[in-house]
Amino acid sequence: MSVRVSSEWLNSCSGCEISIIDMGERLLDVLQVADIVHIPALVDSKYFGPLGDGKHLTLPEADVGLISGGIRNEEHLEVALEMRKKCNLIIALGTCATHGGIPALANSWTPGEMMERVFTTETTDQPAAYPAEGVPPLLESCYAVDEKIKVDIYLPGCPPHPDQVFNALIALVQGKPLSVSNKSVCDTCPTVRKGKGELKQVRRFLQAPHYQAPDEPLDQMRCLLEQGLLCMGPVTHAGCGGDAVTPRCISARVPCRGCSGPVRHEGNQLLDMLNALASNGIDLKSIPNRPLLLRFSGAHSLLKPAIHERRSS
Amino acid sequence: MTQAITIQPITRIEGHASIKIWLDDAGNYQDARVNYMSLRGFEKFVEGKPAEELPDIVCRICGICPWMHHLASNKAVDRCFGVTPTPAGHKLRELMQTIAHAEDKLLHFYFLAAPDFVIGPDADYAVRNVVGIAKANPELATQVVKMRYLVKMILDKFSRKTIHPIAGVPGGFSKPMLEEERQDILGKMRQVLDFALFTIDFAKKNVFPKYLDAIKTLGVITTGFIGTVDENGAHNLYDGRIRLMKADGSYVDFDVQNYADYLGEHVEPWSYGKFPYARTWNEGFALDVDHPKGIYRANTLARINVADRMATPRAQAELEEFRSLFGRPAQATLLYHYARLIEEVYACERAIEILEDPEITDPNVRAKVEPQAGRGVGCVEAPRGTLIHDYSTDANGLITRANLIVGTTHNLGPINLSVKQAARALIHDGQVTEGILNRIEMAVRAYDP
Repeated sequence: MSVRVSSEWLNSCSGCEISIIDMGERLLDVLQVADIVHIPALVDSKYFGPLGDGKHLTLPEADVGLISGGIRNEEHLEVALEMRKKCNLIIALGTCATHGGIPALANSWTPGEMMERVFTTETTDQPAAYPAEGVPPLLESCYAVDEKIKVDIYLPGCPPHPDQVFNALIALVQGKPLSVSNKSVCDTCPTVRKGKGELKQVRRFLQAPHYQAPDEPLDQMRCLLEQGLLCMGPVTHAGCGGDAVTPRCISARVPCRGCSGPVRHEGNQLLDMLNALASNGIDLKSIPNRPLLLRFSGAHSLLKPAIHERRSS
Repeated sequence: MTQAITIQPITRIEGHASIKIWLDDAGNYQDARVNYMSLRGFEKFVEGKPAEELPDIVCRICGICPWMHHLASNKAVDRCFGVTPTPAGHKLRELMQTIAHAEDKLLHFYFLAAPDFVIGPDADYAVRNVVGIAKANPELATQVVKMRYLVKMILDKFSRKTIHPIAGVPGGFSKPMLEEERQDILGKMRQVLDFALFTIDFAKKNVFPKYLDAIKTLGVITTGFIGTVDENGAHNLYDGRIRLMKADGSYVDFDVQNYADYLGEHVEPWSYGKFPYARTWNEGFALDVDHPKGIYRANTLARINVADRMATPRAQAELEEFRSLFGRPAQATLLYHYARLIEEVYACERAIEILEDPEITDPNVRAKVEPQAGRGVGCVEAPRGTLIHDYSTDANGLITRANLIVGTTHNLGPINLSVKQAARALIHDGQVTEGILNRIEMAVRAYDP
């Protein structure tokens, strides 16, 4: 049985598409069962036909539509609506699609404020007007895909691990349900937790965390949050390590920054993290920048133009 | 009535762009443009963030070359905070960057560019892609997929996360390299070097000769070039001085901290992407195919043009052969593909050199940093060109201002010129075919935007 797959990238970086390629040889297995009808990174299928003379943006029909990236401009919106129309099932691929991702940090400012900075940097010859010919107008905000169209399956991750993409595609081909985990990064982290940390201040990530030897296994290293680092593990969806499970950043001795978004789709990483820190008696004033707790999940109106004005005190 | 053709999206590239071509009543070329459609606003939304967090934010500018943004950002923050990375930290960063280059060039050559050359520019679009290659030449395709995966997983396994990396940190690197890791990666990179040599040989024998006519004509423009060189004028991807060369081969070298004295960014009303140009030439900016002003190019061809030599032996031998055929600076746009494969050889040789340096396993990988007010410009050569991150911080080490010139953007002007040139040369009397439109896109793909 062959499944038609269509893929689009919106306000994104192409990391999700590279993660698809990072399935390695499994990609060749996927190509045996999937017929890729549209993916701009790899296949020459055009919105306005092969001769570029079509009048309307048109995408091919498909069983499965993968959408990476949030929705930031009118073209993204048009493509998302067309994908919804032509695909039986829509997968929001990656945290930009599920929760806005890093580009939704821009939601702390208006589109006008953003344009003003971009087109007045010290090397830029300031234009009389911002670009507006042949480029899609910006929307007010950077939206997650489900704020504009119905989404059937969420695959967060920045990017999703190739194992997750592979497992999802194979399950769809075989008509099996997808198992969705409600675990947090902490639930899958092997580091040593002793209960409450001794520190009352959040420590910025300016020096290495404490561990004994370069090859010390993770299950002997003290939890980074208990070492005072702002590790987002408690409020972040698990799965970044793929089938191997171990959280990626922590295994590099680096705190989790929350890149897979909230544990439950509708969760709020900022509020959940403030709660977690407060219950451990940590002084919330020591957080250097609160909007950064929504580093990957600022869509769904969680980051707004006024928020950056509010100081962390 | 004029006729408009829209090629959208430009495919088998790594960003969001479209081509618009206008024909006159007789169906001949009138004008063409490449619109860059994406505006995300990184220069704005990093404001107020702790500088040490930026390397993990700005890597999201590009999922194909996240290591480049990650490391340019780390260098900029090092300078803002007045810290020098430990020697091992510095070397691990360069190692990751060099291996990332090796992976990127394989991806571009085989997955994005090769369909035009192996399947053919006029082939049905349904097979003119990597899937078509897999069906036409399964043996090669399997080897390519395996080899690219091997390189990518070196980065993934050692650094733990390669899209988007987290292991570079202000002051150095987050984890040391163990001796068994060094041995393992060294063995693998020797395999990749063999494959790089196979690839350039394969291309020189089977690909480039078939397309010599296209190389001499398609998208050909005359411009200056930019790239990084070391203290001896040799090609370097990770560190050095910036060399800005005019079309006549004369050049200036400068410290990247002073980049704003040399480069400017022009804005056109029809593109969110800004157009960097050589402000220091004092000729302004003009997208005129026959008389361009201020236009220079970046990326592979530019780097091997500005360099006096390659710093590793096999890459140097390849450069000598290339120069004997095409001179210096070489201007033909499709030669970007050839230059890319020379750099692939360099990247593998350089990675092996770094891995053979005993200091690479020194556990002292990270110097402690303290936030402070400062300014720093960090630069590396990204696969797509000279990448500049320029930050200022306040006394708490929070970002007050950021200016970015991203590798690809140096080529936005040149890509426009190459598309205009190709459309003017290929479209006559209203004859527009899929093959012609794909050839126009090939002029874009050479730049790997």
